[in-house]
Amino acid sequence: MWDALQFEFMRNALFAGVLVSISCGIIGTLVVVNRIVFISGGIAHAAYGGIGLALFTGFPPTLGAALFAVAVSMIMGAVSLKSKHRADTIIGVLWAVGMAFGIILIDLTPGYNVDLMSYLFGSILAVPKTDILFMIPLDIVILLITVFLYKEFIAMSYDEEFAFVVGIPVRLLYLVLLCMTALSVVMIIRVVGLILVIALLTIPPYIAEKYTGSLGEMMVLSVFLGILFTLTGLWLSYNYDFTSGATIIMVAGVAFFISQAADMIKGLAPRNN
Amino acid sequence: MGTHAIEVKDVRFSYYKTLILEDVSFTLEHGDFLGIIGPNGGGKTTLLKLLLGMLKPDRGVIKILGEPPHDARHRVGYVPQNIDFNISFPISVMEIALMGRLHRSRIGRWYSRKDRLKAEGVLKRVGMWDYGHMPIGKLSGGQRQRVFIARALATDPEILFLDEPTASVDPEFEINLYDFLRELNKKVTIVVITHDIGAISRDVKSMACVNRRLVFHGEGKITDEMVNMAYQCPVDLIAHGMPHRVLPLHGDK
Repeated sequence: MWDALQFEFMRNALFAGVLVSISCGIIGTLVVVNRIVFISGGIAHAAYGGIGLALFTGFPPTLGAALFAVAVSMIMGAVSLKSKHRADTIIGVLWAVGMAFGIILIDLTPGYNVDLMSYLFGSILAVPKTDILFMIPLDIVILLITVFLYKEFIAMSYDEEFAFVVGIPVRLLYLVLLCMTALSVVMIIRVVGLILVIALLTIPPYIAEKYTGSLGEMMVLSVFLGILFTLTGLWLSYNYDFTSGATIIMVAGVAFFISQAADMIKGLAPRNN
Repeated sequence: MGTHAIEVKDVRFSYYKTLILEDVSFTLEHGDFLGIIGPNGGGKTTLLKLLLGMLKPDRGVIKILGEPPHDARHRVGYVPQNIDFNISFPISVMEIALMGRLHRSRIGRWYSRKDRLKAEGVLKRVGMWDYGHMPIGKLSGGQRQRVFIARALATDPEILFLDEPTASVDPEFEINLYDFLRELNKKVTIVVITHDIGAISRDVKSMACVNRRLVFHGEGKITDEMVNMAYQCPVDLIAHGMPHRVLPLHGDK
């Protein structure tokens, strides 16, 4: 692993893994406690429409995906606030249509043969420096917004009705969260691909929730778990030549099952009062 | 003061074309203690949500402390019906009490020392300060209820709304709760929704029964009629759609 660090692509991959884990741990925690995993999956897939649109119009794909994902997340947010009873169906439709839109646009792009697989399963080993330069400010913005609105996010996540009653603009806050989710999702796509986004977003917070006593601790532990999973996955995929995104998710998945098994054993053990 | 604590005039509300409330009018003075009873699905919680500004009426006027509910939000406290939600959420008792200090004008600032002292004070008042660092999920139903009351009190409310506060607590706590509310009522107007008429009838000063329409009894003390109404009202309204028409007939319980 260490000798691999002489390669720039490997250093970039390490940087990307750490940077993505930071936003992933913070946003993933909020996604899990606010139960917006489905919307996050929808945003990730619909973001492919933005990639297609960017390639078709000659725009940088990451920027295209980011703008498109933010737009889609706002639509999904509005839908889930306005028509709660069918929101999941509409999000599911946007999920599929966004992706189909991207694929058709890439078909229409002359002479461009995009590697669909790298977007589906990520390509952390091929993250260019420009993407890392995009990730650093994004992490900073997400961190600042979360610190700034920390107590409001707790209130909204724990008890939305009470937050509303004391005058917190919960709808606006919800849209801010979706917007940050969209931007993180675009970063995560680089690392594990749009199919596996949900896993990297939710597994670390899900494990962290069991061992922490506050939302802030849950975020911090999620960040460290995310770094552990991405770097272990990266190392395995480099050594054994596995697909990097899938390997990272498998590492996270194994940790998930171990933590579940540990819970079950703890539940079975006799309680000494 | 000039204004009433609560003023509701000709309110009508429907949810997806289903009429929930109509012709609802009543006035509540400062310092009152109102018990709202009525059958499940009769619109009690809907009425509460209208009073809190969470829902808007189709028609009619609601004034809380002389203001529209939306503007009076920071002047009222609210204890929700369901205290069993988000049980695994990583949050401490103190953090929940602190939520009562949230305010629109303080968004983006962390809790101040004053906020923390206030939260400490209200937790002491409900006897939960010793549990300040405990995760909420580790507490019993009654203890959790106290934490939610503390949170509502941390807002320094002029009116306190409680939705079914005894739904998930042990009987012993229930008695303590009403003692506590009676004491609190010396300074704060209280509105409590309950289907547990036995406990409430001793302490409330006014009573309203909601089943699509609202019947308000504003007497200072609990009359036989009111207790009767409390028991009879749900049944009679369902059976006849007209409040109290058959009360005398059914009075021989």
